[in-house]
Formats: sequence, C-alpha cells, structure tokens
Amino acid sequence: MAQEIDSCVKPAAGPLIPEATAAPAISAGVRPMLPLARVGKEAPDFEASAYIPGEGFKNVKLSDYRGKWVVLCFYPGDFTFV
Amino acid sequence: MGVEVLAISTDSRFSHKVWHEVELSKMVEGGIPFPMLSDQGGRIGAVYGVYDEEAGVNIRGRFIIDPDGIIQAMEVLTPSVGRNPDELIRQLQAFQHVRATKGAEVTPSGWQPGKPTLKPGPDLVGKVWQVWKVE
Repeated sequence: MAQEIDSCVKPAAGPLIPEATAAPAISAGVRPMLPLARVGKEAPDFEASAYIPGEGFKNVKLSDYRGKWVVLCFYPGDFTFV
Repeated sequence: MGVEVLAISTDSRFSHKVWHEVELSKMVEGGIPFPMLSDQGGRIGAVYGVYDEEAGVNIRGRFIIDPDGIIQAMEVLTPSVGRNPDELIRQLQAFQHVRATKGAEVTPSGWQPGKPTLKPGPDLVGKVWQVWKVE
C-alpha cells in the first residue's frame, strides 16, 4: 500500500452536527456555531486532525471512541505556562 | 480505569508534535500516551462553549463522556489556573460506579471508592442522615 502523503494542509470536518440541530445558515457556507454541549446530553461529534505520539498524524473522530470512557480536555495552547 | 484522553487546542498538529518532542516528553517519562487534537479556528471549541473569540483560543474545558457518548460532567476554567487530576479521577470512579450499578447506587458528596453509596428510592427519603454522615 502506498504511504499516505501528509502535506501542509489536511482537512478535517470539525463539528459533525446533524442538519436538524444546527442553526440555519445566514449565508452560504456560514453557520453560527452555538454551544451544544450539556451534561446529560450526547457529546457533539467532531473530526479533528491530530498528532498521536508514537504513531504520527491522523484524523480522529469522537464517535470512534463510542463504547469507551473519554476525557476531552480543551487547553489554551501548546507552550503555554500552566 | 479504561479511559481514553483526548487533548485539544487551536494549535496545528505540527505544533503539537514539536511541543511533545521538546517539552512534554521531558516532563512525562516516555511522553504522553494520548492523541493531541487540532481545532484550528475553534469551531469544535465553539460547539463545546469553550472558545474565546477575542483571544482565538479554547479555554480550559474538561468533559467526561460515557461509553454511550453522553456528557456526564464538565468543568471550565479560565486559563491561569490549572486543573486537579485527582478530582477528575474521583469523578470518573464515581460515574463508573454509578454506571456499573445501572443507577441503583448514587454517590454522595466527596465520595471515594470504598465509601458508602446511597440507594435512591422511597425508603431513603428523609433518612439520608441515618446512612451517611458529613466527614
């Protein structure tokens, strides 16, 4: 199998929100993102590009982790102090 | 504990790789064992309510998601204060215990594994004081 080329830009879908729950588009391609995360409700699915230590670059989908406990940790940035 | 960690920031995957190589792998022996996700543009953070549009970064938001994909807990801090992993682990243990009992047992304030749980139902109403004490 040919090695996948990982160039400068690798598209990832970002939030994967069903049309029914997404806010209506104001203009083509622009959709305001409203916070959807609530305790007791389904975690909004998404796809993101990722670096996995020891494995390399890969796109990761939250829904790939169904069946497992997940801790999703947002942080301000690499190389920040805290 | 059977828990997968996903770290996510607005940095690129390239930045994640270099930060891991030059700093994180020197803080944690063997490096960190979980994926570092890229949310450039903050679109994912916006959906989770943690994207700061003025700063262009995601603030410290932490979500516990169960095997059915349901958010069981969230904690959001402004950037200057770091999190407490002990409390994260305590919450995970509590949520896993409740799930293992299919909700027949619930965990009171400050619960730790091995401590008494509560069995919610009509018989417990007004009698929590008999089975659980403030420590």
